Amino acid sequence: MSDRALGVACLLLSAFYIFMATQIQTSFITDYLGPKFFPILIGVLLAISAIFPILKPDPEPDWPGAARMIEIVFAVAVMVAYTYALPVVGFVLSTAITSGLLSWRLGAKPLSAAMAGVSISVGIYVVFHLILQLSLARGPWGF
Amino acid sequence: MDVFSQLADGFAVALTFQNLALALVGCFLGTIIGALPGLGPSNGVAILIPVAFTLGLPATPALILLTSVYYGAMYGGRISSILLNIPGDEPALMTTLDGYPMAQKGQAGEALALSGIASFVGAFFATWGLVFLAPQLVKVALLFGPAEYFALFALAFATLGGVASQNQAKAVIAAMIGLAIAMVGVDHQTGVPRMTFGNIHLYEGIDFLVAIVGLFAISEVLLFLEHKTGAAPSVQTQKLARVTAPWSMLKSTSGAMGRSTIIGFLAGVLPGAGASLGSFVSYTVEKKISDKDGTFGKGDPRGVAAPEAGNNAAAGGALVPMLALGVPGSGTTAVLLAMLMALNITPGPLLFTQRPDVVWGLIAALFIGNIMLLCLNIPMVGLFVRVLRVPSKYLMPAVTMISFVGIYGISGSTFDLLMMIIFGVIGYILRKMNIPTVPIILGILLGNEMEKNLRRALEISNGDVNTLWGSPLTIAIWVLAIVGFIAPFVFGRFLRPKKDPTVAP
Repeated sequence: MSDRALGVACLLLSAFYIFMATQIQTSFITDYLGPKFFPILIGVLLAISAIFPILKPDPEPDWPGAARMIEIVFAVAVMVAYTYALPVVGFVLSTAITSGLLSWRLGAKPLSAAMAGVSISVGIYVVFHLILQLSLARGPWGF
Repeated sequence: MDVFSQLADGFAVALTFQNLALALVGCFLGTIIGALPGLGPSNGVAILIPVAFTLGLPATPALILLTSVYYGAMYGGRISSILLNIPGDEPALMTTLDGYPMAQKGQAGEALALSGIASFVGAFFATWGLVFLAPQLVKVALLFGPAEYFALFALAFATLGGVASQNQAKAVIAAMIGLAIAMVGVDHQTGVPRMTFGNIHLYEGIDFLVAIVGLFAISEVLLFLEHKTGAAPSVQTQKLARVTAPWSMLKSTSGAMGRSTIIGFLAGVLPGAGASLGSFVSYTVEKKISDKDGTFGKGDPRGVAAPEAGNNAAAGGALVPMLALGVPGSGTTAVLLAMLMALNITPGPLLFTQRPDVVWGLIAALFIGNIMLLCLNIPMVGLFVRVLRVPSKYLMPAVTMISFVGIYGISGSTFDLLMMIIFGVIGYILRKMNIPTVPIILGILLGNEMEKNLRRALEISNGDVNTLWGSPLTIAIWVLAIVGFIAPFVFGRFLRPKKDPTVAP
């Protein structure tokens, strides 16, 4: 079932991709093939290869249950929130919270997760920023 | 001989204080990365590329650092294979078969020492193979025109899909997705934007480092979240009193090491194979040759020496096509190619003629790294074993944050970080569905070059398609590509380890 869905998704994707390729503006300077040909070729090959999983799907992968799926969605949401928080509150605070949350969801107890978060954040700050001089996101307090 | 004088120049480059220090750091980090379950050579190097890049290291030192990590990870993977029965990375899979039984018999120290020595033998002789074979390949590659290169890229995709994956159709899907992603951005030849949806961030294309870190590292974290293991696996350390191998054991396994080095090196040079295949084939062959009493799989030292010599030799062999042709044959060399491209170095025959300092400095660094690894691994194995006890609930958040730091360091843009997360989610889904992620990376890396060569070939021939298979060289490459793609249908069962797609790449 998953493989069939994959095949159908790839077919739709290839159709969309080929359509987008035909929409590419060609300028007056162009070579023999032009900028459209190769993307269309890729789209066609993708469509052909997408037929096989539909006809002969592999055994169903063991997808995690709903509870674990929610964990994964939550982790992704935390990471997305992190990318937006970085420029606002700076590296150290946002990283401490994010890594603490991830550590907690990976099974650490709340207190040790919080400590892990702070140590990871400060550790990276010291190693990468203070020692290796890498530029990290600056918040209102300069770190 | 010419090769030796160039190698001597390479040593002159590599033997500076800074480069030696970087090699040492790289070997140390690499061994830890290889040892930790969840981090393998591909994703370990992937995380470190943006970091090395943003540190502003010049090309040669950066290359030395990261290839030391690569070789180190090959050494480190065996530690958790032997002690925990969990391969630290994919190539170390075969080492679990006899390594763990040896540890159970109380020979953990011997197994670790033996595998360290076998790794050294494999890697050392494979580096010599690289020294002699790569310049020969360069001579051939200098004759290549656009049509040959186009065929060569097709060969890389065909064999990667053929030998290294379980389902050809899925490998083709992955390659096409990669190529499709590579098309995003302004067309290099006519200057028109393609597939950008008017988004200004996409005009420069999608940064391959963003894709690699997302597909390899972020997806790994999501896989970990699936099982709430959290705790570190318990390590039995009581029997680690001595980490040496008795002379008699080395003597009895020397044949296995020698054979496996040759097999592993050849497997590594073949496009699409890489270290996993090297260790698998050398174990299988060694078992056929030596397993007369049925001791393989029950803790036979030869069963530890063979796959370790094989995978390290293959790691060296895989560098041959990557450096000489610019076409990587395996996941890790694809990541190394990404590293070279990030440093603005285009591997291939011209690299040998124009930047011999980079090539030979790198090769010299491999020799030095090898000796360092042997010296680090035998006495310090106890330390690396302790690293295994870092629970993933603390390790994986740190890995995630370092991935973010690296990508943020390249551009400082929120957009790139979001792309990385998207690639992470895609990587998770694809890995669950057993779709290889390496062809995607290869597609992103090679897509533009492949298209450029196709267009150039047809430009030269005035649109005559026959030019694509018009010379003996192109015909030979196309035949190899077709054979490489079809062969696994016929005897794939013998070439492929049953692998768990969730093991770190």
